[in-house]
Amino acid sequence: MTRQLLEGSAAMAEAAIAAGCRFFAGYPMTPFTEVLESFAEKLPTAGGVCINAESELEAVGMAWGALATGARAATGSTGQGLSLMQESLSEITRAELPLVVFHMARGQGDYYQATRGGGHGDYRQIVLAPADVQEAVALTQLAFELADRWRNPVHIYGDFLLAHTAEAVSIEPPSGAALPAKDWAVDGTLGGTGRSRNINPIGMQKGVKGIEPERFWRRLQAKHDAMAESEARVELEAVEDAEVVVVAFGSLARTARYVIRELRREGQRVGLVRPVTLWPFPSQALAQAAAGARCVAVLEQNAGQMIDDVRLALLGAAPVVGIGDISSDDAGFGVGPIFDPDEVRRRVVGALSTSEVRV
Amino acid sequence: MSDVRLPVLPTDAPPQEPARLLGRFKPKLLLHEDHDLCPGCGEPVAIRLLLDVVEELGCAQSSIGVVGIGCYTAFTSAMDVDLVQALHGRAPSVATGAKRMRPDTLIFTLQGDGDMVNEGLQEVIHTAARGENVTCVLINNGVFGETGGHMTSTTVLGQRTKNSLEGRDAAYHGHPILIGDLLAPLGGTAYAARGSVHDAAAVVKTKNMLRRAFEAQLEGRGFSFVEILTMCPTGWFVPTAEGPDYLNRVLGAVHATGELKNGERLVTTAELVSEQESGREG
Repeated sequence: MTRQLLEGSAAMAEAAIAAGCRFFAGYPMTPFTEVLESFAEKLPTAGGVCINAESELEAVGMAWGALATGARAATGSTGQGLSLMQESLSEITRAELPLVVFHMARGQGDYYQATRGGGHGDYRQIVLAPADVQEAVALTQLAFELADRWRNPVHIYGDFLLAHTAEAVSIEPPSGAALPAKDWAVDGTLGGTGRSRNINPIGMQKGVKGIEPERFWRRLQAKHDAMAESEARVELEAVEDAEVVVVAFGSLARTARYVIRELRREGQRVGLVRPVTLWPFPSQALAQAAAGARCVAVLEQNAGQMIDDVRLALLGAAPVVGIGDISSDDAGFGVGPIFDPDEVRRRVVGALSTSEVRV
Repeated sequence: MSDVRLPVLPTDAPPQEPARLLGRFKPKLLLHEDHDLCPGCGEPVAIRLLLDVVEELGCAQSSIGVVGIGCYTAFTSAMDVDLVQALHGRAPSVATGAKRMRPDTLIFTLQGDGDMVNEGLQEVIHTAARGENVTCVLINNGVFGETGGHMTSTTVLGQRTKNSLEGRDAAYHGHPILIGDLLAPLGGTAYAARGSVHDAAAVVKTKNMLRRAFEAQLEGRGFSFVEILTMCPTGWFVPTAEGPDYLNRVLGAVHATGELKNGERLVTTAELVSEQESGREG
């Protein structure tokens, strides 16, 4: 197994190419820029195409066209660019195309954007949130697999730290899980045979006049329900006897993990629940982990977004407090003082000392 | 005051002549002819030409169409070619992604004027400038037909629509965009033409334009574009039978038909550099 020292952005691009991604389109924006640069550098030599799109609207549209032909394709951006893409993201979900989105946010303020989306209609997209570069490699490859399995977009939620931190990683071609054949893809060969295809987001069928929107939407909803049932992923640490369960994701969970190990060594009963999938949210695992806790402390780098999902998971079974905050560098890239372990420690200790003993 | 007398059609006796089939015009690449488009609509004529040319070029089993959103969208379920349904305005980018992954396939878009010139103007301009080897087909009737006759970016000055009731006024509503003329000069554009379907001669010319555009793509010469002026008597609020004449007289006067560009092939950067250098030496 070869190990290389790679920044997160380069590692994700290499992992995607190893997973068979052959098309990428994007528009530069920090911290997504280096993901685009890496694809632009590496894809052509792998026999693929990377287009520097004229805007995020074109980028997602181009990926749409590539996906329709059966290719593995991806795009991505940062919060603002992803806001522009929302119309396409919701429609691509209804067209059931396996898009992978590198959602390189400026901090964690785009949790709602990633998990709820800003598009129209009932739709759901899997969101994977790696905490370090090696996990980003694994989740990038998982993203392509899940996208193909469910014929549904999958996001990888990263940030500035993940994009720019260099770590020693190994990238191997994925094991090749058995996936359904892409017999739905258009290659142009069925024209004039009466069996030509139409990839569309409204449930249109060739040769059939009119559409049945309600039936179509119900079928998609059933698929999204099945995804919610089976794709939740979580990492648990020291939750068995924890009095305070900290919930944190992505880069900030890495700091939280460090602090919790430190506090454990000092005899404090704290544990960590790290959602690996932000959607579907690992509600069941969290509820179990928090069953004996006197407090669940949500550490997130925003004004309080994931805390909604935590409350929905617990439904009042344990008190929930927010110990996160808005925290940024002067450029607004989301590298704030909250990533300092001392700062996180203060917040977790605060939750330990102020949370009341349950009777 | 006398009563208004309306003409009455006699229904007490059968017609003097039985109905006769004058000819079969169904293109081979059409699954059925059943549609909900209005009487007098020009879009089915344009779509028929498109399908006929795909068939005649021998590309029936190597074509992918990317269709936009408009009246024609519902009718595309009858088109027997592989299709991708795009969002309003976004077909050129979807076509780009498809072409890059399947370079040997004939890729075309089918879009209306609201789709291409309003919502998706930057898409088509960039796709042309990039010299993307796809063909964008615009069916231009100067109104949003599907919403019931509203002003688009190609509505001509003076034209009445539901949101330019007194006629499009340059000072208030702005000027129309002549999209073909905008795309033709771009470096990536190999072929650009504007046809019409208001009479038989125009239909024949338009069909030739479509053929030349597709040939440009098949020869890898770069971006190709055909704009087809089509009738929309419903959206123009004119009697059905007056549609073709109105199209030619009102829209055709501004969006003049004819070939706008027929380039040999795209000039490469290396050729441009050597041209410049030899100019300097001479």
